[in-house]
Amino acid sequence: MLSEIIKVEHLKKYFPVQKSFLEQLFARKMSYVKAVDDVTFSINKGEIFTLAGESGCGKTTTGRLIVRLLKPTSGNIYFNGPDITEFRGEKLRLLRRKMQIIFQDPYASLNPRMKVGSAVGHPLEIHGLAKGEEKKKLVLDALNEVGLTPPEQFFNLYPHQLSGGQRQRVALARSIILKPEFIVADEPVSMIDVSLRTTIIDLMLNFRKELRLTYLFITHDLAIAKYISDRIAIMYLGKIIEMGNKERLFLNPAHPYTRALLSAIPVPDAERGRRKIGLKGEVPSAINIPIGCRFHPRCRNKKAECTQKEPQLIEIEKDHQVACYFN
Amino acid sequence: MVKLTLLEIDSLAINYPTSSGVVRAVEDVSFSLNKGETLGLAGESGSGKSTLGLSIMRLVPYPGVIVNGHIKIDETDILRLSEQEMRLIRGRKVAYIFQDPMTSLNPVKRISAHFVELIRTHEPKTPNKEALERAKTVLKNLGILPERINDYPHQFSGGMRQRIMIGLAIALNPDLVIADEPTTALDVIVQAKILDLLENLRKIYRMALILISHDLSIILERCDRIIVMYAGHMAEYATSLELQKAPKHPYTEGLLRSIPNIELSDQKLSAIPGSPPNMLDPPKGCPFWPRCPYAMEICRVKEPSLIDVGHNHLVKCFLYYKQGVNVE
Repeated sequence: MLSEIIKVEHLKKYFPVQKSFLEQLFARKMSYVKAVDDVTFSINKGEIFTLAGESGCGKTTTGRLIVRLLKPTSGNIYFNGPDITEFRGEKLRLLRRKMQIIFQDPYASLNPRMKVGSAVGHPLEIHGLAKGEEKKKLVLDALNEVGLTPPEQFFNLYPHQLSGGQRQRVALARSIILKPEFIVADEPVSMIDVSLRTTIIDLMLNFRKELRLTYLFITHDLAIAKYISDRIAIMYLGKIIEMGNKERLFLNPAHPYTRALLSAIPVPDAERGRRKIGLKGEVPSAINIPIGCRFHPRCRNKKAECTQKEPQLIEIEKDHQVACYFN
Repeated sequence: MVKLTLLEIDSLAINYPTSSGVVRAVEDVSFSLNKGETLGLAGESGSGKSTLGLSIMRLVPYPGVIVNGHIKIDETDILRLSEQEMRLIRGRKVAYIFQDPMTSLNPVKRISAHFVELIRTHEPKTPNKEALERAKTVLKNLGILPERINDYPHQFSGGMRQRIMIGLAIALNPDLVIADEPTTALDVIVQAKILDLLENLRKIYRMALILISHDLSIILERCDRIIVMYAGHMAEYATSLELQKAPKHPYTEGLLRSIPNIELSDQKLSAIPGSPPNMLDPPKGCPFWPRCPYAMEICRVKEPSLIDVGHNHLVKCFLYYKQGVNVE
């Protein structure tokens, strides 16, 4: 039976917009960037669930909310059952052993003054799990697992002595050293050379099997999403507008935005004629989200009701939901 | 008959002398480009594709020096021109679209000033008013309201700014536009729109295009011919179709197998082992041998030269020495 490891209900994150003193005096109310605006989904154990969308759609914020790096404005997050939204102190520290995050930029996510060995071993120290020789052995094992061989050689290097791909391997080693159950991978390959992306992805896929990991994968690249995921959610302006099993979603994309997104993806095929992108305009600001369906100003099929009430996610076939009135 | 060749590059080599040694960023690159043709330069970071692109504008950044070869535009060797003469080529014959639209526009100048400066530098006799009118026409072609010509760069989105960059590149109707990762900073939908725009303008203004990108998918979709660069060398040169159907160089083969294709299901991707070489200390022989599944004894000691395997399909690899013709 499938069991849920992560469940997110009506999650919202609004960031207040900084205003000048004068504007504060005369403004009637605060304005907010609605980065995540009522998102509900769940991830099954052992699954790779992908949040995909363009920059500014709220995918990264959602990932950070789940690992509790950001405090939600409202909504609940459940991990293996209990509600973890309000966890603090010792409880939160113990939780972090089980959930880890890999960041997009391997040049920024590693401390330049920390050698590879201490960076990877740091989580063990923080959680008081191993010291001295024991720690070193665990670190060497982890380096070995991510293919940084021989590990003894990498142990004493500084991040600047490594390539982008090698750095992301270090980040990966650091994320698995606590034997977590769940990892948020935020665009882990988007800053890595094309020829090396597959190795990082393959490593992640291997860890899923060996360590029984569950991933929340965050990407703007739907081609990679299709390759790696089991289920995908497409986000637009802070909301999931389509979600489902990967095969169904790609075979039968139902939301006009998903279709536009798919038609825009370059395909490594010189013979194939390019399709037209049936989409006008640009993504509106997340401060003034359109009323009704948030996609309606750019939609070709919009009807009167789209400008009045926001459509909710509705199941259109097994394991495939879409938030659009016309399906 | 009218001569069709627009650009001819012959045995070009560019070095960056640094305190830790000489980086051979571009080595032994030769190709030619016809009028109106599109050429893709594909390669990973450090493969020399941008240096090669910039050299055609003679803008190789310090401390880079062109140590060998010729770059001919309309039969004129631009490496022999004075800086004064070169300024007439830039913008008018060859224009460059840089990767980052956020930093390539002057933040304290209106869009109008960008265009007027460009047009009047090259055509000092053009009155301000006429230059402005021309700029407005260009904006219209870009899908930007001409009224917005008096806005500042920060008032435009990233996609719009990249459109403006393209507008500045084509404003003088050059014969060749070099677009260096023009869409890397942009989202997919904006990216597709920008590339469509570039293609349409290219047809309207009858320009040749060199598209530089790390994304082989984009290049396969958009270019007639492709050069795959690896560690400063041309690994392979072929038409897009040939390159996709019958890649010859093991690196190209590996690259094609490592890009996900959204139109396929159950695709099996495989990675190229190892990582790109340290350009300060590249491997002896063929720069790809440490990562090559077919590496032979000779690959470690000798550098292969470009071999023509037919139909002007060139590959720099010892595997084809028997079937092809050495072009050097």
